[in-house]
Amino acid sequence: MAHQQTTTGSSVSSARRGQERGPRRPLRASDVIRKISQILGELLITAGIVLLLFVGWELWWTNVEADAKQTEAVQSFAQDFTGPMTPAAPDAAVDYGPPVVGTAPGYGEMIGIMYVPRFGADYTRPIIEGTDAGVLDTLGLGHYGTTSMPGAVGNFAVAGHRQTHGAVLDNIHTLVPGDKIYVQTADGYYTYVFRNNQIVLPDRTDVLMPVPTQAGVTPKESILTMTSCNPRFGSQERIIAYSTLDGWQPASAGPPSEIAAQVAQAQGKG
Amino acid sequence: MYAWIFRNLPGPLWVRILTCLVLVAAALVLMVQFLFPWFSQFTTLTDSTIGLVQQP
Repeated sequence: MAHQQTTTGSSVSSARRGQERGPRRPLRASDVIRKISQILGELLITAGIVLLLFVGWELWWTNVEADAKQTEAVQSFAQDFTGPMTPAAPDAAVDYGPPVVGTAPGYGEMIGIMYVPRFGADYTRPIIEGTDAGVLDTLGLGHYGTTSMPGAVGNFAVAGHRQTHGAVLDNIHTLVPGDKIYVQTADGYYTYVFRNNQIVLPDRTDVLMPVPTQAGVTPKESILTMTSCNPRFGSQERIIAYSTLDGWQPASAGPPSEIAAQVAQAQGKG
Repeated sequence: MYAWIFRNLPGPLWVRILTCLVLVAAALVLMVQFLFPWFSQFTTLTDSTIGLVQQP
């Protein structure tokens, strides 16, 4: 079969055939080249398939995995959460005083749950202490340990992936000023209102300051800062979303009415 | 290469097909468990933190 296909360079190979004729069919230079190029070709096709599989894994499977882990984290938090699941009073009817500020848990432990109705009626993501890959790649939103806790005067800053591993902040650019962002901790519910966003270079750590981007200024407000990659599917910049604390109610008062259904669902599932 | 592997697998045809499927599945598991998570650090899609705060 191989003999018939070889038409070029037959004079060279016929001269060699005379010298190398042995008990087995002689291995000609063109055979070796064909073998090598076949193996090379198969390896290249394999590499191509592996790369495509990687893209599928990165853009799809990591989300499936992270979603499962985050749902589990939300459920276990909801199970431990004590307090009514229905609002005790209409929103803002009672003033519960200054918000209770919890102490930061250890690395990898759960602070609470974030609800963002703008991101979807079922958007419930865990907030975990720490912002390295071990937290962000599986559990969603990571709290910058150097920043305040929810409700404190100052800056409560969290990071989340724009793409892959749950893509918790994929829709960060869709927030509209006035949108509510709810943070639930063991102490209660903190309602933040989205104020503005900012696109900065990745080294702008000043967005995490107590008063974002203003060094040495004493904070008067409670800010929630969310950071994620920008643009989508890129990382040349960071998109920062700032929200200010609008209200607080203790766990015993029940959830704000807008997220009551989600809070009940999170606990009901557990 | 793959043809050579297939020819050199032991057993009748159906056993060889089964062995191939097991080998492909094993390769997939190894990739998802070890290769892809390792390779993922070279992509930049997951850089969502500011500055060097994420360094352990």
